[in-house]
Amino acid sequence: MIGAGHAGLAVSHFLSQRSIGHVVIERGEVANTWRTERWDSLRLLTPNWQSRLPGLEYDGDDPDGYMTMPEVIEFIDTYAKTVDAPLSTHTTVKSLRPNHEGYEVVTDDGTWSSPTVVLATGGFNLANIPAIADAVPGSIETVTPLQYRGPDQLPDGAVLVVGASATGIQIAEEVHASGRPVTLSVGEHVRLPRVYRGKDIMWWMDRTGVLDERYDEVDDLVRARNIPSPQLVGTPERRTLDLNALTDQGVRLVGRVAGIVDGRAQLSGSMRNLCNLADLKMDRLLGTIDDWVLENGLEREVEASHRFAPTRVEESPPVSLDLADGRISSIIWATGFRPDYSWLHARVLDRKGRLRHDAGVVTDAPGLYRIGLNMLRRRKSSFIHGAEDDARDLTDHLAAFAGVDSPV
Amino acid sequence: MTTTDTPVNNGVNVQALLDARNALVDAPEAAQFTWKASTEWKGGTHSHSVVEEFFGLGGDQAHRTIFTFDADHPEVFASEDHGATPVEFVLVGLASCLTAGVAAVAQNRGIQLNSVTATIEGDMDILGILGGDPEVRNGFNHIKVKYDIDADASQEDIEALVAQSQKRSAVFDVITNPTNVTVEVN
Repeated sequence: MIGAGHAGLAVSHFLSQRSIGHVVIERGEVANTWRTERWDSLRLLTPNWQSRLPGLEYDGDDPDGYMTMPEVIEFIDTYAKTVDAPLSTHTTVKSLRPNHEGYEVVTDDGTWSSPTVVLATGGFNLANIPAIADAVPGSIETVTPLQYRGPDQLPDGAVLVVGASATGIQIAEEVHASGRPVTLSVGEHVRLPRVYRGKDIMWWMDRTGVLDERYDEVDDLVRARNIPSPQLVGTPERRTLDLNALTDQGVRLVGRVAGIVDGRAQLSGSMRNLCNLADLKMDRLLGTIDDWVLENGLEREVEASHRFAPTRVEESPPVSLDLADGRISSIIWATGFRPDYSWLHARVLDRKGRLRHDAGVVTDAPGLYRIGLNMLRRRKSSFIHGAEDDARDLTDHLAAFAGVDSPV
Repeated sequence: MTTTDTPVNNGVNVQALLDARNALVDAPEAAQFTWKASTEWKGGTHSHSVVEEFFGLGGDQAHRTIFTFDADHPEVFASEDHGATPVEFVLVGLASCLTAGVAAVAQNRGIQLNSVTATIEGDMDILGILGGDPEVRNGFNHIKVKYDIDADASQEDIEALVAQSQKRSAVFDVITNPTNVTVEVN
């Protein structure tokens, strides 16, 4: 096992259940990325009742709340102790390559050899920064969400936040509230209300089976694996943070940054359609929820069906933005993340550097597995509670491969 | 609403497109296309363009027949008006591309189209091209497309068709996003 986050520990749990010997190698502490690569105010997007792992349920007194980062770390720490994972922390993997036995894993604390390796190294190791970032004027400070801790680390002045998914909208709100006027560049996004008909949207997606939808049931897996994270925030008030809320707070919405030439950002004219698409898709989900309520005779038990106001887009949004006139002092690239495979020395990546795998079973690499990616096996794969089913399935596959077929 | 067993037919071979996508993901070099046109000046602002060949799927390709286009400016520009203005060709390109997309998306979603019409308008301040105001751009400052669609689908599904068509449209992308253009003289 490489990685002692929630997914790696869940696999460890199932391996231990089958008495399959293993070690969980972790470059830092348990839940390392939650400790070191998240901003201070972040809370989980999933409610507490949904924070469950095989063998551990949330047992606090706020099932509808959202964990802060210290709470997430404590939860995963508790889990590591609960499953009694055989940990090797503060051990950094330098390389993985095939050998006669299966795979050789070289770490800064010795070398391991094993017929099977599970990669549970997270899906958000590196910030995706578009190539056009090279053309940003040198006077502007640029920050990635992995570096961002809070607005105080930014210089005074206006801020351009590029990207309007979960990360971008949350950072945009916080930075704008700090007195640094935010312009938010909006590309393709997924709009969701925090609460619908009195219930958390995650509750609906859980109950209606949306989150259990399997990778082999969706009609476009490429698209499903690349869907941006939904516009959600976890707050004690269970607030909806969508583009209309940001507009109300004074954040200015502009189109996707499509190019930067001579110190000017060129902004795509497609924002209206992208907002329209997101509204239509949200309404389709709400329609699915309404149908489910009707079919299950729950009409009286939840609040009435309704729709949210369409996303407001100004009549003619600007198609360019001056980055050189001194008004914008920093840019935050909330343009997504990708895994780091630089240490993977095996022919397992495609031409774009993505791992080739069939639902977590790495292609052309017998005994090599991956867990913890978007839509790996199910819509919920990237959520904490999504680790259980994926870990069980992959452990089954691994056990069959290793010739350890029956659960103990 | 009537139900019928007649399969949806918008005249788009969606299966061929889906097969092509699957094949091209594995052979990305074959997905590299080059579109071509040649244009000859006829006099005044009148030009005559020919479209015949293009490159794609790893080789030279040709249309079934040669297509020709005359472009000119209208008489209010003191021209002879032998054809649509170039900016009108851009509008035609956008509306045609979006409409093809509507048909393809409808086919893929099992929606029968009965009629589709688009009207398109591009607003322009011609002080830009005349050099009369350096703050005015040459191109359109806004393009508006309006669709009238009769289809066996809800209003919401029809709106989703049009939205998805924009998302997958080459010309919509060309117009809404910047493109590097190189013009050389032999």
